[in-house]
Amino acid sequence: MRSRFDEQLDNLFKDLIMMGSLCEEAIALAAKALSKNDSKLAAKVHPIDEEIDRMEKEIESNCLKLLLQQQPVARDLRQISAALKMITDMERIGDQAEDIAEIVSFIPKDKKNDSLLIEQMAKAAIKMVTDSVDAYVRRDPMLAQSVIDSDDTVDHYFDQVKSSLISLITENPDDGEYALDILMIAKYLERIGDHAVNIAEWVLFSITGIHKTTEEHSV
Amino acid sequence: MSDIITARDLSLWYGNSQALKNVNIRIPEKNITALIGPSGCGKSTFLKTLNRMNDLVNSVKITGTVQYRGEDIFSPSMDVNELRKNIGMVFQKPNPFPMSIYDNIAYGPRTHGITAKSDLDEIVETSLRGAAIWEEVKDRLKKNAMGLSGGQQQRLCIARALAVKPDVLLMDEPTSALDPISTSKVEELILQLREEYTIIIVTHNMQQAVRISDRTAFFLLGELIEYSSTNQLFSQPFDKRTEDYITGRFG
Repeated sequence: MRSRFDEQLDNLFKDLIMMGSLCEEAIALAAKALSKNDSKLAAKVHPIDEEIDRMEKEIESNCLKLLLQQQPVARDLRQISAALKMITDMERIGDQAEDIAEIVSFIPKDKKNDSLLIEQMAKAAIKMVTDSVDAYVRRDPMLAQSVIDSDDTVDHYFDQVKSSLISLITENPDDGEYALDILMIAKYLERIGDHAVNIAEWVLFSITGIHKTTEEHSV
Repeated sequence: MSDIITARDLSLWYGNSQALKNVNIRIPEKNITALIGPSGCGKSTFLKTLNRMNDLVNSVKITGTVQYRGEDIFSPSMDVNELRKNIGMVFQKPNPFPMSIYDNIAYGPRTHGITAKSDLDEIVETSLRGAAIWEEVKDRLKKNAMGLSGGQQQRLCIARALAVKPDVLLMDEPTSALDPISTSKVEELILQLREEYTIIIVTHNMQQAVRISDRTAFFLLGELIEYSSTNQLFSQPFDKRTEDYITGRFG
């Protein structure tokens, strides 16, 4: 029964995984470009972001088509509406990876960005994105909750990066502009963590029918 | 909000085959309650039990109780004609009597002893207005009702049910024989009637249940599987069988 609908839902999940992995790839590449201070690597983020944008439109149109054709209820409706919300956050994640790459391309070549802190921060943000998409596909509320919880870790890294940049400026006032660039990048990573949290919250909604913003958020 | 109909441990057999199994349900007043479930699940049987239409079947056996406003409907002291006046029914296929529109509506009140023309005129107009069909038929009340469209015939049947001033309206798939426009007119009408009447509707159209009902009951193989607010049942059904049915993955 409804094998066509199930097939369409399967395709939707596959597309979401694909879009999620593109997001991971974009952040990972931007982070690598940063730590190697390599503007050529940074330039490779742009086409990935374009692909993410294209997928957002494609998934959005497929979701609307499913709502129209299948008139889903209960779990089906929650999964499709959650997908519609999640892709907006994924698209923003792609934009922020590209923003990081753009800043990297302007950082003077003599700067060494292999600060362990920001690399770890990038790693933590990537993991949040990966886990949030995995949680959706595996319908795993524990994993989704762990993404929400690990936002504190990323926020903590941000505070640490900020403190280290304050010291940098105090020691080398000439590095002010560079420090601000790194601060921007850290802020983007922190925002990426927030988007992963949004995704995880919609994952929980798709499983439990309850969104944290309101207990009455049932459809 | 008080309950108007309460069934307790209601079981029903047609001969040896059991059509209802220990149904327990409380139906609130001035609400629309939808009964859903696959064919043969017992929802129409349950509906017909509420105004004792099943009395007409020879081999029927019933255990358990059904109370209407606190009174046992199977009690020997229950006046079945009075019960059916209070709990009216609208069927799947419009079934106007082969007589004028006016006489269709006046038929019930006349059998209940109302004969004064002025009284009947008023009942006919109020009922037709109540069923949102007055404007369409007021100039041809003396014409035969069989000449109306399917959707108009169904609204006429609803008007006919309203003419005896019922309390509860039972509807057995009232729009399944209608086109989409007539369907939406009848749905609008049902929503308006909710102000004054308690409505229990059997429907195979799940979207219709979502659109118009306050509460939904899911029946399967004679059992009441799940009964809750329509919003709850269609967003987070409690029972896996309900979820499988409403999402179209039944069986």
